[in-house]
Amino acid sequence: MHEMGITQGILDASFLAAQKAGATRITEICVSIGELTEVVDFALQFAFEALTPDTMAEGAVLTITMVSAKSRCRDCELEFEHDRFEMLCPSCGSLNVEPLQGREMQIDSIEADNESTEE
Amino acid sequence: MQIDLATRILDRNERLAAENRARFDAAGVFVLDLMASPGAGKTSTILATIAALRDRYRIAVIEGDIASKVDAEKVKAHGIPAVQINTGGACHLESDMIKRAVDTLSLDELDLIIIENVGNLVCPTDFNLGEDAKVMILSVPEGHDKPYKYPGIFQISEAVILNKVDTMHFFDFDEEEFTTVVRSLNPASPIFRVAATKGEGIAEWAEWLAARIDAKKSALPTAQSPGVS
Repeated sequence: MHEMGITQGILDASFLAAQKAGATRITEICVSIGELTEVVDFALQFAFEALTPDTMAEGAVLTITMVSAKSRCRDCELEFEHDRFEMLCPSCGSLNVEPLQGREMQIDSIEADNESTEE
Repeated sequence: MQIDLATRILDRNERLAAENRARFDAAGVFVLDLMASPGAGKTSTILATIAALRDRYRIAVIEGDIASKVDAEKVKAHGIPAVQINTGGACHLESDMIKRAVDTLSLDELDLIIIENVGNLVCPTDFNLGEDAKVMILSVPEGHDKPYKYPGIFQISEAVILNKVDTMHFFDFDEEEFTTVVRSLNPASPIFRVAATKGEGIAEWAEWLAARIDAKKSALPTAQSPGVS
């Protein structure tokens, strides 16, 4: 259940960015999570609902984009998508593969506004 | 308004990990993050590793547990400095906890720090601590199918220790299948077969670790010679 700490990380960075921009309310937070991380999307949503009340992100939507795992074969140069277990190059069968994506844990953007000026 | 961030979620942890790493590098200390399930034999493996390497290197241990000082006391009983971190429920160690633990150690008087992570095959994999290597232990009673169930930790480990091999005949452990799956998840990592409480297989694992410690020392700008002074 490390999603709680990860969600706190998402919120800390989002609050800081929103405050810097002069916003008072966050309505959406968009994150990208790689399929090869140990982060579970529904656990992230659960933690988000638990941690956002009484903050500037109360009622905000958490949008999670899962990033598929992709590797490049060092032997035949093929780039291929795969799940957690099929690391073999589908073309030449080599195990000499270099991971390209799938371990992302990134906040892409937030949607924020200023209640006092926009209402 | 939309604000583009493109920030790492664990940015704070990553920054603190980089600070930890800079301190370790400056002092020439090799740091090992040892991960495994509860009961896999992390502490026994650490004690066996200390026995194998204590004449060559100055070692300290950072123990991560939800609660209690049991493990740190065990290590201290062998005359090795140990710091206990109690996470109070958290399922993994983070860089700020390591920073606080390291503050209580004399880095200049150490060659190796072994971090015993909280017993867990999931959460520790996503947290960088500033270590030089992550290594995991799987014990025979846990079953040969664990790489299927917890692929992440096998993929991120630079070496896999298979512990309790002396109990192999009591369990339905298919070592060939285990090796095949680990190889496919992580072709580069060696697998060390050990029985930590009996010292079996420890020499080979300890030599791998010693080579890594020596490599770090020799890469230092002012090459320090490792060893007990």
